[in-house]
Amino acid sequence: MRTARTSLRSRIYSVLRHAILLTGGVVMLFPFIVMVSTSLKPPSEIFSPTFTLLPQEWYAIENFREAFTRVPLARFILNGLLVGATIFLFQALFALPCAYALAKLRFAGRQMTFVLVILALLIPPQVPAIPLYIGMWQLGILDTYAAIILPSTISVFGIFLMRQFFLQIPDDLIHAARIDGLSEFAIVWRIMLPTAIPALTAFAILSFVWNWNDFFWPLIVIQSEHLATPPLGIVFFDNAEAGTNYGPLMAGAVAITAPLVIAFLVAQRRFLEGFAMTGLR
Amino acid sequence: MAEIALKPAEYSAGVPRPAKGRPAGAILENVAGWSLATPALVLIWLMFLGPALVVIGLSFTDWQFGMPTVAWIGLDNYVELFADRVFWISLTNTLIYVGVLVPLSVGLGLGVALLIEDGLSGSRFYSAIYFLPVTATMLATALAWEFAFHPSVGFINQIFSFLGLPTTDWLKNPDTALFALVAIGVWQSMGLNMVLFLAGLRAIPKDLYEAAAIDGADSFFERFRRVTWPMLGPALVFVVTVTAIRSFQVFDTVAVLTDGGPNKATSVLIYQMYQEGFSFLRSAYAAAITVVFLAFTLVLTLAQATLLDRRTHYS
Repeated sequence: MRTARTSLRSRIYSVLRHAILLTGGVVMLFPFIVMVSTSLKPPSEIFSPTFTLLPQEWYAIENFREAFTRVPLARFILNGLLVGATIFLFQALFALPCAYALAKLRFAGRQMTFVLVILALLIPPQVPAIPLYIGMWQLGILDTYAAIILPSTISVFGIFLMRQFFLQIPDDLIHAARIDGLSEFAIVWRIMLPTAIPALTAFAILSFVWNWNDFFWPLIVIQSEHLATPPLGIVFFDNAEAGTNYGPLMAGAVAITAPLVIAFLVAQRRFLEGFAMTGLR
Repeated sequence: MAEIALKPAEYSAGVPRPAKGRPAGAILENVAGWSLATPALVLIWLMFLGPALVVIGLSFTDWQFGMPTVAWIGLDNYVELFADRVFWISLTNTLIYVGVLVPLSVGLGLGVALLIEDGLSGSRFYSAIYFLPVTATMLATALAWEFAFHPSVGFINQIFSFLGLPTTDWLKNPDTALFALVAIGVWQSMGLNMVLFLAGLRAIPKDLYEAAAIDGADSFFERFRRVTWPMLGPALVFVVTVTAIRSFQVFDTVAVLTDGGPNKATSVLIYQMYQEGFSFLRSAYAAAITVVFLAFTLVLTLAQATLLDRRTHYS
């Protein structure tokens, strides 16, 4: 009797759970639905007073062609890839040795170094913007790829994350390498790097997503259209169209959103693990 | 982040290793440590700590971008700032934005995480959907939201009028514009909170629930009150602080959807800083706004540290 009642109750709960999560899910997906749906429609349907999910007249090719020819959209996407990849390579290049030293080496000033890393972790990225802008102006490198990349060549979060990971690696591994005659430098790249691949992959995802989506800094340092990263590029497009030509604009938005969304859907678990790591701090 | 500073003992413990006993080994380790850490340290000073100090220094000068001379003017920028109507509007707007966004984003993130974790089916499917906005480019989705908020053909007004609710030009109406941006912010940020809560929930030992069940706590709310909520405490403090710090930085949606308008109704701290520093080129004045912004961020971090510290003492 009691079990029958609980099983009925748990079935009701289960239905309710799915109903709530599905309704919320539709709300979460709704901007994406609007974006894709609009990118498929001709202007007459976009400005029709009733919303339909699918167009009566398919206009996708026209919208996407317009988006890719009116502004160098493909170039924006390439810029995003180039900037994101370069930034991650630099971040790994500087973070791994420092994280190894912090986790595994005893040196005078290690505590202080770690305190500085934590301090830098507390500083939001908007705080150094004005001095960095002035510095780049003096160096004459405003409006270049270097201007976008340089401030992100160091990731204190990356150092912190890799340090936490290296702390768990047994010291025996390092002793064995030392006995084999490896230098500390070689230990970083030939012993620690291969063991760190899972953590490094998670950090690579975080770093790439952050830099692909960053708008504030590229907006400040980039004026030339051909150097724009995806978010800045779509704003150039928006301004050029005076915000009325929604079909091609949404096609452009779909084009710059798609790479990360597809990557996320393919490597969902890695993404979720990576972002859960931001909670390690 | 500040949790770290609270447990110095754990971090100051040296790495155990076989005693070398020779000072030469210690010297070599010092050299190795410094040479591996120095490149990163130099960059940390160049890109974060140095510029942060320069911003503070700059805020006490009269420098404008491109000017050949600079003079020390003490607190004049701050005096001007605190008499600036736009600054108070921006600060108030930022606080309202954060104050409304944080409970919604954290509450919904926790609710969704509990529902997802409490069932057997569809967990991966649902967490993917709710997380999707976190990876999507804010700028692109903001434009989709702009279209959805469109006064005549926007989806939102169509639904509202279908349901017999009042409609308006959400982003152009000074009474609603800020809250429209909050809605976008909640939509964008709750997925990350959900993921952080899921990680926190999965770290709670299952035998705690069994023990609670033996004690007679078998309803959902009893289990939540006795086990989940106390165990989730530190994660909750972290999620609240991180969400608050992130939403304090709100800029993208303001810059692309409202330009701080209508009539400053959506002007926020970072947007005002951007305008003063990079449109009007009043670098020193913008530096003063940055310092205020930094101060708020540090206060939030300090609050987090204090809360977590007290919690660890109690537990």
